[in-house]
Amino acid sequence: MWNRIFALMVKEFLALLKDRKGRLVLVVPPLVQLMVFGYAATFDLKNVPYAVYSEDRGYVSRDLLAAFNGSSNFTLIAHPGDEREIAPLVDSRKVLMVMRIGPNFSSDLSSGRASTIQIIVDGRNSNTAMLVVNYAATIVQKFNREWAARHDAAIPVHIETRSWFNPNLESRWFFIPGIVGLLTLLVTILVTALSVAREREQGTFDQLLVTPMSPLEILMGKALPGFLIGILEATLITLAAVFWFEVPLLGSILTLYTGVFLFLLSAVGVGLMISSIAVTQQQGLLGAFFFMVPAIILSGFATPIRNMPTIVQDLTLLNPMRYFLVVLRGVFLQGTPFHLLIPQLWPLAAIGIASLAIAGWLFRNRMY
Amino acid sequence: MSMRLNGLIRKEFLQIMRDPSSIAIAFLMPLVLLLLFGYGVSLDSEHIPLGVVVEAPSADSSNFAAAFPESRYFHIVHFQDTHQAVESMMAGRVNAIVVLKQDFPKRSRQPDGAPVQLILNGVDENTARIISGYVDGALQKWLEHDAAMRGDQLHSPIRMAQRVWFNGELRSRNFLVPGLIAVIMTLIGALLTALVMAREWERGTMEALLVTPISMNEVILGKLIPYFILGMGGLALSVAMALWLFEVPLRGSLWVLFAASALFLIAALGMGLLISSVAKSQFVAGQVAIIGTFLPAFILSGFIFDINSMPGFVQAITHVIAARYYVAILQTLFLVGDEWSVILPNAAALVLLAAIFLGITWKKTRKRLG
Amino acid sequence: MQSPLKYALEASNLSKSFQAGGRRIAALKNISFKVRNGMVTGLIGPDAAGKSTLMRLASGLLAPDSGSIEVLGMDATKNSLEVQSAIGYMPQRFGLYEDLTVGENLDLYADLQNVAVRERPSRYEELLAMAGLSPFKHRLAGNLSGGMKQKLGLACALVRQPALLLLDESTVGVDPVSRRELWSIIYRLVREKGASVLLSTAYLDEAERCDEVLLLHEGELLDQGTPASFCEPMRGRVFAMHGPAKRTLQTALAEEPGVIDALIHGDHVRIVMEEGVPAPQDMGAEISPLPPRFEDSFVTMLKKRGGEFHGNANPGKTIPESPLPVIELESLQRRFGGFTAVKNVTFSVSRGEVFGLLGANGAGKSTTFRMLCGLLPPSGGKLRVAGVDLRHAASRARAKIGYMSQKFSLYGNLSVLENLNFFGAAYGLTGKQGANRISWALEEFSLSQIADSVSADLPLGYKQRLALACALMHEPEILFLDEPTSGVDPIARREFWRRINDLASRGVTVMVTTHFMEEAEYCDRLAIMAMGEILTIGTPTEIKAGARSKALPEPSMEDAFIRLIESRGSS
Repeated sequence: MWNRIFALMVKEFLALLKDRKGRLVLVVPPLVQLMVFGYAATFDLKNVPYAVYSEDRGYVSRDLLAAFNGSSNFTLIAHPGDEREIAPLVDSRKVLMVMRIGPNFSSDLSSGRASTIQIIVDGRNSNTAMLVVNYAATIVQKFNREWAARHDAAIPVHIETRSWFNPNLESRWFFIPGIVGLLTLLVTILVTALSVAREREQGTFDQLLVTPMSPLEILMGKALPGFLIGILEATLITLAAVFWFEVPLLGSILTLYTGVFLFLLSAVGVGLMISSIAVTQQQGLLGAFFFMVPAIILSGFATPIRNMPTIVQDLTLLNPMRYFLVVLRGVFLQGTPFHLLIPQLWPLAAIGIASLAIAGWLFRNRMY
Repeated sequence: MSMRLNGLIRKEFLQIMRDPSSIAIAFLMPLVLLLLFGYGVSLDSEHIPLGVVVEAPSADSSNFAAAFPESRYFHIVHFQDTHQAVESMMAGRVNAIVVLKQDFPKRSRQPDGAPVQLILNGVDENTARIISGYVDGALQKWLEHDAAMRGDQLHSPIRMAQRVWFNGELRSRNFLVPGLIAVIMTLIGALLTALVMAREWERGTMEALLVTPISMNEVILGKLIPYFILGMGGLALSVAMALWLFEVPLRGSLWVLFAASALFLIAALGMGLLISSVAKSQFVAGQVAIIGTFLPAFILSGFIFDINSMPGFVQAITHVIAARYYVAILQTLFLVGDEWSVILPNAAALVLLAAIFLGITWKKTRKRLG
Repeated sequence: MQSPLKYALEASNLSKSFQAGGRRIAALKNISFKVRNGMVTGLIGPDAAGKSTLMRLASGLLAPDSGSIEVLGMDATKNSLEVQSAIGYMPQRFGLYEDLTVGENLDLYADLQNVAVRERPSRYEELLAMAGLSPFKHRLAGNLSGGMKQKLGLACALVRQPALLLLDESTVGVDPVSRRELWSIIYRLVREKGASVLLSTAYLDEAERCDEVLLLHEGELLDQGTPASFCEPMRGRVFAMHGPAKRTLQTALAEEPGVIDALIHGDHVRIVMEEGVPAPQDMGAEISPLPPRFEDSFVTMLKKRGGEFHGNANPGKTIPESPLPVIELESLQRRFGGFTAVKNVTFSVSRGEVFGLLGANGAGKSTTFRMLCGLLPPSGGKLRVAGVDLRHAASRARAKIGYMSQKFSLYGNLSVLENLNFFGAAYGLTGKQGANRISWALEEFSLSQIADSVSADLPLGYKQRLALACALMHEPEILFLDEPTSGVDPIARREFWRRINDLASRGVTVMVTTHFMEEAEYCDRLAIMAMGEILTIGTPTEIKAGARSKALPEPSMEDAFIRLIESRGSS
């Protein structure tokens, strides 16, 4: 039995690696996505274009503006002299933010009264808008603290913010461990979902079925290469994450691979399910696409699951990717120990076993 | 219109009507994607679990801890000691911890004040930044309140009044749904056209078409026109869902929306035809369309991620992504209005890209095999 | 519409090559010929002879590397649009839109050919009547039978009366009745309308129906002439040898000097002798002269070019006698939804027999075949192969069968050796035994030289040998062959059947499907299938005898087939 499965695996690898299309599936999408997500997917804001409309000529406003200019997050690009110029600047997306300083700003502050500055933000992208507000608030507060210190005002409480696990709050650190999951899923599903369909199209599947191999052997022969390729893919992306993108890997490799292993059970299971239903590679591709998009969207890959409606949140409990992402980010950035990840690992195992069982059942029943 | 072109277009419509997969891509896919994104993707962080640790309970500390009330944004979890809270953060049960140390009451009376520690889980940095902003804001409010209570000196001389234009409630759906329309139009325009062209090659019907006295322009137009109409149908469906299901405001005029979409659709169809002139099997065409058009429309269009914040070489790439210009137009039309200073330059870019894609397609497709 | 041109098509020094997998393959090697106006010219040759390339060059779909091709007096490369408005072209797969109805397909091609709207109704009526499709105007083209699709494809190509009609392998896999109807349409077109027809085919027997024949092989033009001019030199060199054991007789005759070709044909062995050499007298066989066929001349030409048989028919193990039938079917049925693909099929095959299933595409032979191999569960009836139902059998039972499917389904991107290794392991051949079988296969099928070549790039004849080698790795007792020789040249086909005969004589039971009438003659017994039913079962001689009449004293297998279908249709 093992001889036959081994032969099938060897054949599977040869067929995949010798096929130009097959190699392309393994290399191009992962590379493109790694680059795209590694470099383009970022919630950090840099060089936010802004304008200042100041009616105040005092030194305090100059100090405040200097504080903004010193920040790498903001780039001053306009200095409107008239209130009516503000709206067109924002509307035409020339600036994301306009700071408006009233005529009595400096004199109010000098005489010990509080003064208000107005921040107008383009809300077309609400997330960006919120971040701009936060950046501006941080600068203003720092200015306030320094002002208070210079004027001997006692502030009873101040906040010391520390961000653990990602001290510079880099988007890349958030996305790249996720990409390990995303690409492992993508490649594993494509390899397994298309392997049977390809044989059906080429007519070799019949040739396989008339050999003395049992359905179980064929299933194993199809599942194991997907598994190995998945592990390989996860390893490669992990290496790229650590050595190219310099994302820290703090946790234990063993915990990481436990997660990879359990996740691959589901990925291979789903791939084989698609495989046993799809008659052509085209259908296999479409099936993979229709599984992958929701699996990624509803996994917390880009936006937190917590923000979804409750029903959708419940639905995500069936998504293996959801658990795997927690494991990945935990192991990479937090160095989370194994025992804290058990609540993620057991659902992963359960979903994996269930999907493999369904795949096996479908395989037996849809083989002919 | 020539008799030949007419015949081709009629044929294409008959095929679309009889082939459920075209209808599925044109109408079912927008529906599913809009539902999935409309409900599944949200950047509006609410009910963020925030841990609060008060190491030495006292009147001062409980007074300060009250600055973080249970709200729409925060779900407050109280802890007895820091260790417990940290463990909880490791396991992902809270996203950040506010720690009032043992010496909080004592130091809050001293001139340099008591430090309050805010420990963020930086893994999800977007949420972390939002929390940091909220906590700063809460502190500011508390300080003002505290100062007023004590008639004390001014703690925060500058107050910041923020006004967010166009999307006052900061609903992420208001910008995600218009952006998604660009992704959907890309799928209909590029993926569907690339697939149906490849299908003609695969089934051998292209060969039969090419031996008739038809010109290549007619073949290209014969695909462009029907899928243009189908795409506009998909657009109408998406806009209707955006307006009535997701209640996104449309502040610009509908005709501008459709005109701009028509431009983008022509560019997307051009991409689809270009792909199919290279990839003659549905399998390859599908993959190229997904990697070459769908993914960039998603990531590089400014639909979710800010283009200005991307590294220079990625920003350079975004200039050839048609979706980038369309997303800018869409977000402006929906949330701002007919703002010509945004619409015209972006529309001009779309015209240019459409001309380039169709031009290359026209140059590449000759009436020859092999 | 009589054209003043003498030639409908003129090719001079035409060459065309393609890039495939890093190699440059010459599809046409510097050929020149002329096709006369107002007649049917056949472009005959096996797969990869260059027929389709030539058709595409003629229709302006490809540009030649060198040389020129003129169609109806116009340069097909430079003036392709003009050429395309003057010709009709029917590609290999008929070029129909399967999700359009018959009428809609006609409309489309009428639009594309600029046929005036008011001319259409009468034109459609004429074409549909000619194709026998008048009742099916509103049926989807995808729901038509193979023969009907072919005729619709022809009707679309004729929607505007062309001066030259190009038909690219339009008769492959279509039942003989439809084929005969197609030929009568073609001749009516030529005789009544004065059109010229160039048609390509891999069926050598169709050559005899053409006015003139161009014989193409591996990109070279072997000869051009009337079918009679091909057969004439063969006259007096073809004999029927009647003997007791036709298989051993054939093997012996094939070794005899002076014998160019020895082929089992029904109950006798058909031989072709070298010029001036008499038929061998000392074989203990009764000799009678036969009229020559086109194929005889083709085989003789190929032999002269040095086409040799490969392999040496190595004796293998002999399968022990068994009193029970090896394959047994009893009222086997298979339905797909509301459609019954196989109805009540009953027959049995005994040890060492070569049993053929003959029928057109869609006749139900592949479905029957797949059920026998355990690839498809039957909807009703019983079947036994080697005493068991393969679908539920243990893998040990499946190890007794060998299977070679249509299109030589091997792993195309694996090398020859990798394919052999894989199938060896799949059949449980390991260690020394496996190594022995692989070296046997490499030697027996002369594959050693190309052991490391990627199998997809091999010429068709080699692919076929490799497929058979893979199916024989484990020395099966029963061999299932699904259309094993379609498209290969006659030498490769003879080589293939020599091995099959050798296996059969050692007791291997062979079950083969084919739509080649000629191939049916090689079988011991055959069943003719149409519309999912068996029309008749018997030896080739018995089946042909059933069609004997005064008008047709020596009916061919095709005549018998057509008679069976027609008599069934009228009952």
